Amino acid sequence: MSQIIVLAEHEAGTLVKGSLVAVSAAKELAAKVGGTFDIAIAGQGVDSVAAELAGYGAAHIYQIEDATLANYTAQAYAQAFDTAVRHSGAQFVLAAATSRGKDCTPRVAARLKAGQASDIVAINGSAGQLTYTRPMWAGAVLGDVKVNTDITVLTVRTTAFDPAAATGSNSPIEKMASGVDAGSLRMQYVGTDSVKSDRPALSDADVVISGGRGLKAPENFKIIEALADKLEAAIGASRAVVDEGWVPNDWQVGQTGKVVAPNLYIAVGLSGAIQHVSGMKGSKTIVAINKDPEAPIFQIADYGIVADLFEVVPELTDKLSSR
Amino acid sequence: MKILVTAKRVTDPYTKITLKKDGSGLDLDGVDYKMNPFCEIAVEEALRIAEDADDPEVVVVAIGDEEATKEVRTALAMGGDRGILVEHEEAELDSDLVARILVKLCEEEEPDIVLLGKQAVDGDSNQVGQLLAEYLGWPQATFAYKVDLNDDEDGATVKREVDGGVETVSLSFPAVITTDLRLNEPRYASLPGIMKAKRKPMDVYDLDELDLTDDLKVETVGFSLPAERQAGVLVETVDALMDKLANEAKVI
Repeated sequence: MSQIIVLAEHEAGTLVKGSLVAVSAAKELAAKVGGTFDIAIAGQGVDSVAAELAGYGAAHIYQIEDATLANYTAQAYAQAFDTAVRHSGAQFVLAAATSRGKDCTPRVAARLKAGQASDIVAINGSAGQLTYTRPMWAGAVLGDVKVNTDITVLTVRTTAFDPAAATGSNSPIEKMASGVDAGSLRMQYVGTDSVKSDRPALSDADVVISGGRGLKAPENFKIIEALADKLEAAIGASRAVVDEGWVPNDWQVGQTGKVVAPNLYIAVGLSGAIQHVSGMKGSKTIVAINKDPEAPIFQIADYGIVADLFEVVPELTDKLSSR
Repeated sequence: MKILVTAKRVTDPYTKITLKKDGSGLDLDGVDYKMNPFCEIAVEEALRIAEDADDPEVVVVAIGDEEATKEVRTALAMGGDRGILVEHEEAELDSDLVARILVKLCEEEEPDIVLLGKQAVDGDSNQVGQLLAEYLGWPQATFAYKVDLNDDEDGATVKREVDGGVETVSLSFPAVITTDLRLNEPRYASLPGIMKAKRKPMDVYDLDELDLTDDLKVETVGFSLPAERQAGVLVETVDALMDKLANEAKVI
């Protein structure tokens, strides 16, 4: 029995880092409301993920194993997590605002008749008077929201808290039945087309280089790739070029894509529309390369060069190689 | 094939929203409104599915004050068949109440598919489709990138935008589908379409008529502005940039 439960996520048996961000938020919440936190993990053959999760200071790890959970589907996972939340008796349910967290968590909230605050970046106040800060209107404003139901469901923006560090704990792992009603499921996982890449994942990368419409054509992303190779960077993109079909949606940074906060973010040929900026303004150092001195990106960049990206980016790549 | 599709009225996505000088709330004076861009994609997808389907009907839903009929008419002008307006002040809504309203309409209309935007670009909550699907016990495909109907129109295979790539799911109808950016390019309403839309039927309900209360599970109790980043320095050369990154920011 804990006050708080984290719904953890794995990808083919590997713990998703965003889940450790949710654990951090759970610890911050525990400091306010008292008590302990539990972690739930669902799947089939997830012993190693459960064992890994046992090292983060939770009171209990609930491991839900079922054939219906072999591949993720929103319907089955929502039922399994619902079972875990009811078993734990938790009043606060947290998950990372990853694509899967966004997909599944509202269904869990619906089953629990709970209100959900999405994509929170801060937890404010004290027990009984908690509010949660969340970006709205593409992050142009922050809303403080309160949840009126007995159970509160939260998804946590993955850049808003540092991932929890292992504590060396050995939390007890309790295997439990899923409670999934197989007959109620009317969807099946078919497959995944992964974007194969040796680059770091966009959400975790120390360096991100993003391209916008200034690149003029999809093939010109190769100059971004060359620079990314040198800096071991992930590649991002503005919504505009995703919309044009130049690059995969998975590269999109911003309000309707991913939120990133790397040490170094290099914005190449993108104007800095609010929809994009909302996804990267938490970066430690921002560099803008754009030939338009009026581009709004320069208003948030630490370092800017007003110049032709087709000259500057290859020169930067060359000079990094010869350092 | 009956499709229910949402058309939410939102502030113009290209207007930067800010707060009133006294911080008491959003400053919406002079702000334009339009249909949520992800709802436009949902309407377009509904029309495309309907074009190839047996006995198609596309029903457009909006929730809001009378102004919200404009977005319903826009969707009807694009090609929707009829509209529903559920009258309610938008300021007093949360995702859960929207989902509960849609549950009632689904019970009444019995659609095969409900198509919604994956999120509205004002509240950015990304919940309604998922809540609706769970309340109804229906399968869902959020963040849709491609929708292929089965030959016998009893289900679909949907490619979804997910972290790390594209995932494919199959689901049987009735089902909820929420749209992502690359699903399609919404059409513009034609002039004849706009003329025709004026004569298309529109039902209006209020919450009482739907037997719903306006209890909110989540309330916004205050707003603030995020900390602004300060503009930094402009450098003239790549060498100067590298010097700054290496010696000042210490990031390369």
